[in-house]
Amino acid sequence: MKPPPFDYYDPSSLEEGLALMSALDDAKLLAGGQSLMPMLNMRYVAPRSIVDLNRIQELQFCRRERDIVVIGAMTRQRDLEASNLLREELPLVVDALTHVGHLQTRTRGTLGGSLCHLDPAAELPVVALALDAKLHVQSSQEKREIAMRDFATFYMTPDIAPSEILTEITFPVRVAGTGYAFEEFARRHGDFAVVNVAVSLVIEADRIVHARVAVGGAGSVAQRAERVESALTGERPDEAVLDEAVRLSDDVECIADIHATVEYRRHLLTVLTRRAITRAAEQAVSES
Amino acid sequence: MSPDAGTRRRREIQVTVNGRSVDREVDVRLTVADFVRNELGLTGTHLGCEHGVCGACTVLVDGRAVRGCLTLAVQTDGTEIRTVESLAEGGTMHPLQAAFRDQHGLQCGYCTPGILMTLVDFLKHNPVPEESELKTALSGNLCRCTGYQNIIAAAMDGAARLRLQEDSDDGVRR
Repeated sequence: MKPPPFDYYDPSSLEEGLALMSALDDAKLLAGGQSLMPMLNMRYVAPRSIVDLNRIQELQFCRRERDIVVIGAMTRQRDLEASNLLREELPLVVDALTHVGHLQTRTRGTLGGSLCHLDPAAELPVVALALDAKLHVQSSQEKREIAMRDFATFYMTPDIAPSEILTEITFPVRVAGTGYAFEEFARRHGDFAVVNVAVSLVIEADRIVHARVAVGGAGSVAQRAERVESALTGERPDEAVLDEAVRLSDDVECIADIHATVEYRRHLLTVLTRRAITRAAEQAVSES
Repeated sequence: MSPDAGTRRRREIQVTVNGRSVDREVDVRLTVADFVRNELGLTGTHLGCEHGVCGACTVLVDGRAVRGCLTLAVQTDGTEIRTVESLAEGGTMHPLQAAFRDQHGLQCGYCTPGILMTLVDFLKHNPVPEESELKTALSGNLCRCTGYQNIIAAAMDGAARLRLQEDSDDGVRR
């Protein structure tokens, strides 16, 4: 298995990359390559041109700006995993990263690459949903910002045009009283999830004032369990409330594939959601 | 065809491989694993699945373990690559290699180079690993012979030998 022939471009600035994406027909962006390279090796894809983003230094950074954390789209997963800033402000991202592939794939793999590849069972899109991430997308003509919840239009299809490049992702930093949890069931460590759940809760004066429950692996895209979120919001995080909330996950899309049936995924979803909201609530209480 | 069309399919790269400086013109679609094996004759790096699952092709690029089948040779221009051939010094095995021999950490040996290179990177950052951490670190390296028990035993032993070597290198006995 070898990649099919392609024309190779490796711009060293974003501006140059954007100009290439406007000018070239049938060009594919190469980020960390941990999904695109296998697809090329197996010849699932055969673009005329590859535009490699790896030399664009300005897309690799992670910093705090007032009440948000800004991460360059080409920042390596391994660097994010080791980031003290993320450990402090967005520990949910660090937790989830330990489930993303393996040491060797995280060395190359990037945050932006994973979000744009949009595998339905990947971890990072689920975390980006739970954290209300915003994606900053640019073409040589214009810049725009899109919420993660609007980014997935369909199975592995992000709302991004061929001439556009995802440049950075922003996450609000955690406020006092925030609890996070990430739960995943996969067949082996580092595999894509059969189901995973990312939860972010904020508790003020004993009541949940903000709830995000995001689910991956279950359906064709990462989803928010919005009925679960509403059932939690405004309530005290006691057993009865959590039990009732989990029951409302039954509108989350679950699909069957070689790894699991619909019924099995639905069961996993309830178990993992219950664990995640319990853990997030405990953490939120201790942080508030 | 534009005047630069030729350079879109082939590129000259300069890399340091196992301490040796190498200049080569390569196809842009050539992977690092095929580069070291076919262009440089370093066949210690093995290719198993060629789509990033098995870990047999793991090499170090600037000290970090990567899948050699998922990185293009052109992307390593200007970097330092290390393969399994860099481990032994003369006739003396690297402590990890010695541990793998003594603990029967390999049978057919196909996966071993990838495992060794993964461990070189991992143990540099985690010199005193728990067994469970080693299992996670090696979860991206498939072995179809051993059942992993002896691999983990060898990795634990190898980590201890590396610590001893570190101690003797700086002359301080701990």
